Amino acid sequence: MKRIAFALLGVAAALPAGAAPQGDAPTTPYFVANCFNCHGTEGKGNTAIPSLAGRDRAFLEESLKVYKAGGKPATIMHQLAKGYTDEEIAVLADYFSRQK
Amino acid sequence: MSAFNPDRRRLLQAFGVSAACAAVPAWAAGGKKAGRPLGRVVVIGAGFGGATAAKYLRKWSNGAIEVVLIERNRQFISCPTSNEVLGGNRAYESLVHGYDQLRKNWGINLVHASVTAVDTERRRVRTDSAGEFAYDRLVLAPGFDFNFAEVAGYDAKAQETILHAWKAGPQTQALRRQLVDLPDGGTYVLTIPRAPYRCPPGPYERACQIAFYFKHHKPKSKVIVLDANDKVQSKEKLFRGVWESDYQDIVEYRPNWNVVSVDAATNTVTTDVGDKERGDVLNLLPPQRAGDIARAVGVVNVNGRWAEVDWTSLESTAVGNVHVVGDAVQAAPQMPKSGHMANQHGKAVAAAIVEILSGREVRPILLANTCYSLVDDQRAIHVDSVHRYHPEKKLPLAVEGSGGVSREPSAEEGRFARAWAETIWKDTLA
Repeated sequence: MKRIAFALLGVAAALPAGAAPQGDAPTTPYFVANCFNCHGTEGKGNTAIPSLAGRDRAFLEESLKVYKAGGKPATIMHQLAKGYTDEEIAVLADYFSRQK
Repeated sequence: MSAFNPDRRRLLQAFGVSAACAAVPAWAAGGKKAGRPLGRVVVIGAGFGGATAAKYLRKWSNGAIEVVLIERNRQFISCPTSNEVLGGNRAYESLVHGYDQLRKNWGINLVHASVTAVDTERRRVRTDSAGEFAYDRLVLAPGFDFNFAEVAGYDAKAQETILHAWKAGPQTQALRRQLVDLPDGGTYVLTIPRAPYRCPPGPYERACQIAFYFKHHKPKSKVIVLDANDKVQSKEKLFRGVWESDYQDIVEYRPNWNVVSVDAATNTVTTDVGDKERGDVLNLLPPQRAGDIARAVGVVNVNGRWAEVDWTSLESTAVGNVHVVGDAVQAAPQMPKSGHMANQHGKAVAAAIVEILSGREVRPILLANTCYSLVDDQRAIHVDSVHRYHPEKKLPLAVEGSGGVSREPSAEEGRFARAWAETIWKDTLA
């Protein structure tokens, strides 16, 4: 396939200049979506893998920290939890506890 | 440019519902109004990477980014778990999913057409049957294509009888039929190309699934695995352990067997050093490269095979305003070409584009991977990893001490493997 020249169709539909900077920070800490693949979008799942949405924040944080330290038997979470800092674990626990 | 897609409006009208009283779509739930339009993204390819990118662009921009998703197939057919179909442990129909939820839940303009040209200067995509689309950002999610020419004799005629079944679909069903038709005592030969290829543990899982089928239905039959690599590429000890304990008289594994030619008349493959092997069923996986559209757009810049990206945004290092996700990407060290990772790329690129179009600084997000393999009708094993962007090396590297593999195959992980599939299909498509 070759790159072809397109006829200009009136005003260009793409408006990159329209996207002026917006000062506000992103509303989602995007990395929480790492967990969605197995636990469901927003942590809402209905399978053998536990749902995370609406669970107690302190419970989630403590569980992840114990997994990370190797203090709780698991098939996989003891390995994945080691990929996150304690600060990130706190963000994850807070985020999923607030999902309804 | 409207944040409300005309397809959805038509759909609502077709159901006799006005937009005003229709159910609130997911991207606008929670009382949030769509922000002012931020731009339009065209996504080419609706596999794990592209479909996820499209969904999360809508979700995370709160509907302010218009998304056109172009996909030539009407249905999504999952490669993950398709080996179970070959082993007789899963219904083919369970692999097949529709795209309607992406339209309904997220207001994505889903276009079933083939892309015929991309003008990266004027930023326009032309299709064969749905006209042209302008973009602010383009996301390429083309998956991979085969380098058939690297295996002499693997021409169009040979491809009719010698299957790869490495893209799930009709070939999955056809290979299953070949296995069912195989007489007891017949031989199945699987050839594996040099890495990187899609789904590193996939061929070894396939060997397990077919060995399981033979064990219970054709106990005199054999599975011969000819691997161009010098060892099993994923979960090596676990796969070798299962072959030893469960399939000892069935599976024969031979490393360093680099197949360079095939004779379709005799179902025989030949390696670069002249070794030959014949199979009653021959399942040949040719070498792989980024999907054709990636080459056409000009983003393939690593070994003529893969697309290098800036890992903060997954933007191509060759062409501006074009991002690449999934199998087509030149992967970072220890990063597999998997459906799970493609989904993660989709989220990373969605986050990056939302930030770019909002005028904010892009920060690389963490990427995680999990790949389960079913070794029989119940038990699974896994490999997992977490990748964090390294600012000096400019690569998402596996976090030291994280990730790993299963201790042993287990039915518990078998349940998780099947739950994983159900969940990632929904996370990608609904």
